[in-house]
Amino acid sequence: MKIITAIIKPFKLDEVREALTEIGVHGMTATEVKGYGRQKGHAEIYRGAEYIVAFLPKVKIDIALPEALVDRAIEAIRLAAYTGHIGDGKIFVSPLERAMRIRTGETDFDAL
Amino acid sequence: MQSSFARAAITFVGARIPRVRWDRFGAALGATLVAGPALAQDGGGKIDGADTAFMIAATALVLMMTLPGLALFYSGMVRKKNVLATMAQSLIATALVSLLWIGVAYSLAFSGEGAFIGDASRSLLAGIGIDTVSPFAKTIPEILFMLYQMTFAVITCALVAGSVAERMKFSAFMLFCALWLFIVYVPSAHWVWGGGFLQKMGLLDFAGGTVVHINAGIAGLVCALVLGSRVGFGRENLSPFDLSLAVVGTGLLWVGWFGFNGGSALAANSRAVFAIVATHLAACAGALVWSGLEWFQRGKPSVLGVISGAVAGLGTITPASGYVLPWHGVVIGMIAGGVCYWFCTVAKYKFRYDDTLDVFGVHGVGGIMGTLLAGVFATRAITASEGDPGVAGLLEGDPHQLYVQAIGVLVTIVWGVIGTLATLKIVSLITPLRVTYDDEREGLDIALHGEALHQ
Repeated sequence: MKIITAIIKPFKLDEVREALTEIGVHGMTATEVKGYGRQKGHAEIYRGAEYIVAFLPKVKIDIALPEALVDRAIEAIRLAAYTGHIGDGKIFVSPLERAMRIRTGETDFDAL
Repeated sequence: MQSSFARAAITFVGARIPRVRWDRFGAALGATLVAGPALAQDGGGKIDGADTAFMIAATALVLMMTLPGLALFYSGMVRKKNVLATMAQSLIATALVSLLWIGVAYSLAFSGEGAFIGDASRSLLAGIGIDTVSPFAKTIPEILFMLYQMTFAVITCALVAGSVAERMKFSAFMLFCALWLFIVYVPSAHWVWGGGFLQKMGLLDFAGGTVVHINAGIAGLVCALVLGSRVGFGRENLSPFDLSLAVVGTGLLWVGWFGFNGGSALAANSRAVFAIVATHLAACAGALVWSGLEWFQRGKPSVLGVISGAVAGLGTITPASGYVLPWHGVVIGMIAGGVCYWFCTVAKYKFRYDDTLDVFGVHGVGGIMGTLLAGVFATRAITASEGDPGVAGLLEGDPHQLYVQAIGVLVTIVWGVIGTLATLKIVSLITPLRVTYDDEREGLDIALHGEALHQ
């Protein structure tokens, strides 16, 4: 089992969700986050007080899935989240040790 | 975290407490509590229904300026962790000042013949009956005049909080309101509106350039200097929580100002409308000029700039509103937009004082300019009434009025500084003025009130 964490531009969330549903991924968690990489932040001015804000709004999605689906999921996310401009985001894959569905008690593959 | 300036300033202060006629206070207190319906004392006027109706509405508008106008205006501009605490200051100022006003503050401001302070004859509203009329507002019930003036005292105290937002202790603020009301506001109101020496000298202050705006602005600046800057001022990101709250607050202030300046005519007449028109045009002109300057200088016109310019215009026109022509209001508003812009965006950082919500930059500077400009633009045709030939200003060829205005401004500033320092000194003997470093970091909502916005 693996867990994919992807940081994407907020307006891409629906597209990514649809793309993942098509390949058989039927659940995910989305969080609103702030982040930066190569994309530059912006300046905000409040009555003469100027702040350079490096952090930009992003959306982070976490998906737990069987190893067999990982390659297709990465491809689906990348295609859906792509714009070609700096700031498109990143995809990370980590090993997932255990999983359980709370309602039924099913574990590991049956829980995904 | 008091600066050495603060320590030096406080050492030189001696508090001056107005001499209250306690014998008369006792008599008045007795009369109120023991007697039945108060004896009507006629101030020499006949109560007019239209004037009364208008002034009731104006009173409500001015109270609305504080609740929720100022509460929203200020809270939107502080950080999320301090929003509720900032609103609490407007709320508590209203509650506290209102009660003190009917206690003895109104009396000291608006009754009696003293040049510097009134007397206690109207304590607890003694002598104010159904038909009683104040000599200062002969066609409305005195109780309404008292209530209208109360809303001015309330907002002035609430305004001061803006300079020391995000770092003043709640208990210290309450004590400050209670004392500053008597040490600074009440004498000032008496001098300018209650028959005191500035009024006798002919000072023009239609709705509170000196009594409200200069007092609040100077007090704010003194408080900001004494308490010191916020942690992180000039270095960290202290950006506003939600400017949409500030915009809503501005709308309530702008509309409410129709009652603040219009109602200062104390009658439902044409003069009230001239005041309202000049007021509204000043707000518009101020908004456009501030916005324009920002657009030119920074590349983008901010929403905060539009609302700041509007409030600057409104504050500056206040003392002149009932004495000038509409186009004067436009000019005054434009000047306000420009000068206040400079004070709020340049001077504050150049001289490094944390007047957090720009009470001095907008109200202080605006009040000073507006009071002086009243002496420039005063128009005889507008200022004249039955039995009063009116006053002409510099533009109409009389430089004397400008001289009187300058004296009024100077006296107000000097007493404001002395009185505010004295107030802060007294309060600091009872409780620290400023929150601890940890509380400031955590946020005043949690630290002072045990509440949080869960957004």
